[in-house]
Amino acid sequence: MKQSMSFKINGMIFEGEIDHRRTLLEVLRENFGLLGTHKGCDEGQCGACTVLVNGKAVNSCLVLAAGVQGKEITTIEGLARDEKLHPIQEEFINAGAIQCGFCTPGMIMTAKAFLDRNPDPTEDEIRNGLCGNLCRCTGYFQIIEAVTKAAERLRKEA
Amino acid sequence: MKEEFSNIGKAIPKVDGVLKATGKAAFGADTSLPGMLHGKILRSTVAHAKILNIDVSAALQLPGVKAVITGKDFPWGTKFGFSSQYRDQAPLAQDKVRYIGDELAAVAAVDEDIAEEALDLIKVDYEILSAVFDPFEAMKEGAPLIHETNPNNICAEAHIEFGDVEKGFRESDLVREDEFHTQAVKHGFIEPHAALALWEPSGNVTIWANKQSPYVASRKMAMALGLKPSQLRLVQTYIGGGFGSARSDPHALDFCAVMLSKKTGRPVKIVYTMEDVLVMGEMRHPFHMKVKTGMMKDGTLKAMQIYAVLDGGAFTSIGPITLGLAALSTDLPLRIPNVKYDAVRAFTNKGHCGSLRGHGVPQIRWALGQQLDMMCNELGLDMAEVSIKNAVHTGDITPRGLKIQSCGLTECIEKVVAASGWKEKRGKLPPYRGIGMSTGSYYTGVRISGHNSASCIIRMNEDGTASVQTGATDIGQGSSTVIAQIVAEVLGLRMQDIAINSGVDTDFTPLDPGTYGSRVTFYSGNAAKLAAEDAKRQLAEIAGNLFEAKPEDIIFMNRKVYPENNPEKAMKIDALIRHAGQKMSTDNKTIWGRANYDYDLPYMDFKTGKGNASVAYAFGADVVEVEVDPDTGKITVLSSVGAHDVGKVLNLTNCVGQVNGSWIMCQGQAMFEHLIRDSADGHVLNANFMDYKLPTAMDIPRKVEHILVESIDPNGPFGAKEAGEGASVGWLHAFGNAVADAVGERFYDLPITPEKVLRAIKNKQGETGAQSK
Repeated sequence: MKQSMSFKINGMIFEGEIDHRRTLLEVLRENFGLLGTHKGCDEGQCGACTVLVNGKAVNSCLVLAAGVQGKEITTIEGLARDEKLHPIQEEFINAGAIQCGFCTPGMIMTAKAFLDRNPDPTEDEIRNGLCGNLCRCTGYFQIIEAVTKAAERLRKEA
Repeated sequence: MKEEFSNIGKAIPKVDGVLKATGKAAFGADTSLPGMLHGKILRSTVAHAKILNIDVSAALQLPGVKAVITGKDFPWGTKFGFSSQYRDQAPLAQDKVRYIGDELAAVAAVDEDIAEEALDLIKVDYEILSAVFDPFEAMKEGAPLIHETNPNNICAEAHIEFGDVEKGFRESDLVREDEFHTQAVKHGFIEPHAALALWEPSGNVTIWANKQSPYVASRKMAMALGLKPSQLRLVQTYIGGGFGSARSDPHALDFCAVMLSKKTGRPVKIVYTMEDVLVMGEMRHPFHMKVKTGMMKDGTLKAMQIYAVLDGGAFTSIGPITLGLAALSTDLPLRIPNVKYDAVRAFTNKGHCGSLRGHGVPQIRWALGQQLDMMCNELGLDMAEVSIKNAVHTGDITPRGLKIQSCGLTECIEKVVAASGWKEKRGKLPPYRGIGMSTGSYYTGVRISGHNSASCIIRMNEDGTASVQTGATDIGQGSSTVIAQIVAEVLGLRMQDIAINSGVDTDFTPLDPGTYGSRVTFYSGNAAKLAAEDAKRQLAEIAGNLFEAKPEDIIFMNRKVYPENNPEKAMKIDALIRHAGQKMSTDNKTIWGRANYDYDLPYMDFKTGKGNASVAYAFGADVVEVEVDPDTGKITVLSSVGAHDVGKVLNLTNCVGQVNGSWIMCQGQAMFEHLIRDSADGHVLNANFMDYKLPTAMDIPRKVEHILVESIDPNGPFGAKEAGEGASVGWLHAFGNAVADAVGERFYDLPITPEKVLRAIKNKQGETGAQSK
């Protein structure tokens, strides 16, 4: 059944008549055109659809949209501010952490939530922090390097 | 003297990095058109059956359903495939279904949910046939025939023989015979297949799809749809991972999007679920191998015999090529005078197999590389020394006719031995720690038959920039970046001065067969280099007139152009381009650099396997160190060190990324991945990423190190060879050797799971009654 819903996404209000069974992933992509959040497995196993809900990384394919109304939702489109890339995005580009780029938005959002929680992580903690996001191209090493460098930069900038 | 480059060899970020990091790169499912319908595909629920009738009437009555199609909606009897001899796939099943998952029908509806609901309303009447799932059973007399055209379910065979193997074995001090097996693994890309098609009233059709070899896919599609190639335009989107034929071939969704668009007059999009992707055909061939090797006491290789049975699944796909490519492992990377190679690919009632990173070679190396380790151990020899002793060298022509024009194999082995501590660690590690090594070689573009050449067009712009159109497909490996680097290097420009097309459009971009066989850097890179040189030559002629100098003496550097001995006369390149294109005379000229590249290699004899298969061969050597937990059987990869002869590093970041990715795909096959099937009906039991386990960031080696060896190939662009697949060739057996060293027992099939390790440890303890290895 369609109902009127309102979301706060990347600091802006999005509204629509939305079926109560739709997932956050479907609503982001189909209702609001936020295509940077990718649908991989649609079952919570690959992490490609990761977004932040109140700062926490979630698989948006596993979350009903209706339930996250009123919460702060951040997608990859909301990470760069004033046309300036977020340090995590820059370090992903520089380290070669991006190959095909399909897992990238989810991976970056996971890294963001992870570094917000743990700004000075060990390499093991980074590996653990990223293990819910699958990447078939890179073998993860350059992603780990990017997150390590981003952490250093964010600590300096903080 | 070392040549100085402004950007070749540097760690230059990807040209599409910002788009991808900000979520703005449009992938397959991101493309939409006004009035678009959504499609879904119905798959067979039985392994082998005649289709008696498909009743779609109830589905058509569901509100929101706009069309339903079956095999009858496509040209009856028209099949597609990679060559005329092997065309056996239809857009949708026509006469019968051949595996659980085979595509039968498709629905277009106003949304995906309705389309999916409509699938349940389609009624299929089958006449069940007996099915066969094991390739050895399939080849027996009386086995059910999957294709009536192929007796004994034999899809294809390959036989290669040189020297005299029997004599070679007689002359050997040690002869070993072993059997090895590999399993079915999937490409494992994270982006499912997607297609959006628009049939226009003119009869022309456009399809937007995530294809890594768009020209291959569009030709096959036109063939099966009964269209002229020019009537079908394929526009490639960004691609969420490729790795092989799953992204090169057209699939049911591509054909059905087109046909449903024709039927409804509206654009139709079909996006597969991950379950679709894992259930459908396209995966790495499982190999069943008997290998026999003869060696002298000093480690000299004398003879090798291989018998391989490939489990092909229900269709041919590219399988006959797999049989041929796998034979690379016979006389590369080690010299061997006597070889007999017999391989057969059998049809079974399962999803079909195709090409996947390394295409057949990792499987054979898994067997041969482990057997070599076993023989070295038996003779008390060091595998590194034996590998160096038998290594091929630049200038070799192998007995089969492979011509080695650049080879850094010996250097790779020496460097990986030094960097890994192989000499210090081998035989001296504590219990349940092990070390193993490997060598490998891979083609840089395969020359077996068909279209291989690449082309490129470069337009010089009035502001001093260059617009590059390549036919190459960047699937994440970074070809767009490398091609831009090559053009910038030749023309003395910066990376930001180069614009390059982000995808192939078969109506407009230069022709190029696509991304496979590790051909792109070499072929498309050479085409780009030649096209840039063509543009440079034209500009140099004009500059020569202006400077009263010879065109060949004009230097292009830092966006300036000047005569070799007179840099103070330098003119900005944008001024030169404007001078050429905008002067008020009849000889004004827009500068277009154009080139086509192919290497003049005679076709190899497909029947005998004799001749040269590739213009250049990459080489490598890996050392892997593992630790095994004797209580749980869990394996931890402590380190992986590799030396890779890539010819010349064009982009350091990309190069390292390619070998990293290649290794970790292999680690998945070595330790976790296995497409498991029900033994009674062959259906896939683990069609999701929870049960089909790709490696995660937690699973990868604790440490990696890459040594990039530059052998400077005489024909490669700036000397470059391939880097993305060769690294996959050795890892499986380096790992196998390391685990055998740690456990003291050999593993003959994949993946090496904790259960298998525990069983082996128990067996070992039963034998020796001791705790240590």
